[in-house]
Amino acid sequence: MSYVPMCLGNPGKKSYVPMCLKRKQDYKFFKINPMGTNKKLSIFIRKEFYHILRDRRTLLILLGMPAVLVLLFGFAISNEIKNADIGVLDYAQNDQSQRLTQRLSASEYFTLALPLHSTQEIEEAFRAGSIKMAVVLPPKFGEETARGLPGSLQLIADGTDPNTATTLSNYASAIIGDFLQEQQPLQQQPMVIQTEVRMLYNAGLKSVFMFVPGVMTVILMLVSAMMTSIAITREKEVGTMEVLLASPLPPPLIVIGKVIPYILLALANTAVILLLGTEVFGMPIRGNYALLWLECFLFVLTALSLGILISTRTDSQQVAMLFSLMVLMLPTILLSGFIFPIESMPLPLQVISNIIPAKWFIIILKDVMLKGGGMELVWQETLILLGMTVFFIALSVRSFNIRLA
Amino acid sequence: MNHAITANNLTKRFGDFTAVDAISFEVDKGEIFGFLGANGAGKTTAMRMLTGLSRPTEGEAMVAGYDVYREPEQIKRRIGYMSQKFSLYEDLKVRENIRFYGGIYGLPRKQVRQEADRLIEELGMSEFANSLVSGIPLGWRQKLAFSIAILHRPAIVFLDEPTGGVDPVTRRQFWEMIYKTANEGTTVFVTTHYMDEAEYCNRVSIMVEGRIAALDTPQAMKASFGVETMNEVFLRLTRPGGGNT
Repeated sequence: MSYVPMCLGNPGKKSYVPMCLKRKQDYKFFKINPMGTNKKLSIFIRKEFYHILRDRRTLLILLGMPAVLVLLFGFAISNEIKNADIGVLDYAQNDQSQRLTQRLSASEYFTLALPLHSTQEIEEAFRAGSIKMAVVLPPKFGEETARGLPGSLQLIADGTDPNTATTLSNYASAIIGDFLQEQQPLQQQPMVIQTEVRMLYNAGLKSVFMFVPGVMTVILMLVSAMMTSIAITREKEVGTMEVLLASPLPPPLIVIGKVIPYILLALANTAVILLLGTEVFGMPIRGNYALLWLECFLFVLTALSLGILISTRTDSQQVAMLFSLMVLMLPTILLSGFIFPIESMPLPLQVISNIIPAKWFIIILKDVMLKGGGMELVWQETLILLGMTVFFIALSVRSFNIRLA
Repeated sequence: MNHAITANNLTKRFGDFTAVDAISFEVDKGEIFGFLGANGAGKTTAMRMLTGLSRPTEGEAMVAGYDVYREPEQIKRRIGYMSQKFSLYEDLKVRENIRFYGGIYGLPRKQVRQEADRLIEELGMSEFANSLVSGIPLGWRQKLAFSIAILHRPAIVFLDEPTGGVDPVTRRQFWEMIYKTANEGTTVFVTTHYMDEAEYCNRVSIMVEGRIAALDTPQAMKASFGVETMNEVFLRLTRPGGGNT
């Protein structure tokens, strides 16, 4: 290593040859130990980790958010209804009606909250909020059916919450149907088509199976796109980006150095969510683990490319954050099919949902985790994500060059 | 090869707006070259072209013996740059900042450590060595930023308003550091708003509306305008007809 000694301490020293007096070709000898790009990258990544570890808020979002979201969705926000309070108005008061009442309250879905004695009490109970559904059994309940005639009973549900009402009445209908079947096992019921419903891949219709892919998508989007776009714009805002760009670090290396820590964090978050999903909530992973991780990695790249694109178009952290929230997070939550089914959206929104990367990732996750599908099932969605990633990166490079020129 | 920087009709246009209009000048090696001009006169744009941050629209420029179009990577390795905004990381410790910038300029780890020790001692910052940069006074920070910009011993160091917002005592110390650096052979290219600092430069150029309106030693410039201070020279040039009031 040839290195001219520093002369700040002894400027009078004669042997010192200032760098600029040397000939051009001497520079390469003078130039301090040519250090590998890898080493520079690792120095850069270490610096990035200092930033992340020293910012409490960032750290909280990065580490706390996934666990909180999964647990929140898992325990608090649930489409399944368990132990809903119901009331039974039993006009029949016979053997059959009591057995049905018992059957309903024995199921995990319903709890018999209070006996009802008149139609007026039903109204009052709903107003007071003490029941979610009322079952009205007519006088002589069960007698018609015993004679082979169609019988009837009434289910009254609280329409202010349509989803719950529909779910509850479906559960009740199913239980009542089973009950009637059992009462007359040998007797054929003429003119009645028995529909046997089987929910493939998610027999229990557990909402866990919906929200684990959804939460994973949101978290990966948050960490990869939002956090990186903020991290990159912070350097611009503070002014250090100028210094980095004026340094010998090639611009792609700056970007790679900035995103690698976030890739690692995003993958760590993926592991946490998968672990919580499978261990705490019993979500199955039926497909190939390697494929699952590969797809997660691909989505992380897609999100990163979006984050980079945002950071090339803005100079302030605040704009980057608002933009990420409005343009990335909201569609990811609302239009990806995570919370609202895409099939029930108006046509324009259905069309828009196609450009939301999250939509395709959720499809992939469900296919791989629930259906146990391989590449043959998800290759189209994978190609779409891949295409989007390439497109966003190309756009970023373009706007970066425009800025520079 | 006697010039650290040569610019020939260097031009930068943004759409219809010409930020830098065909400027030509030379900066000698080891010189302290003051680059003055009002806000928006095109100083920063010119500097960005010379440091490889921005591609010129037209004209030629050689920096440290390399062409700004064809060999920006070579230039970047041989220059130091201190931006108008603060160029250190506030959430990194003093020593970590030194290590980071030493590292990205490719200095070996052992040497960076030695340099860090020397630098901290020279600046008298040992009490701050392991504190975050956000916690140390602005004057110290600017001196540290400058020391880091010349850590890899560049042929030319570009300083974009390095003393903005710094107290007079620290400014004085800062200029002592600049002199020392120039004595060791590093060319100093500095922009400033302080006219007393312009007097410290070997030569000064004054930009007005994208063009270089005057370029000479401070003494010669004052003599040719028949005024006492650089401040008056500056006012004459930037406000034609004014300056007497």
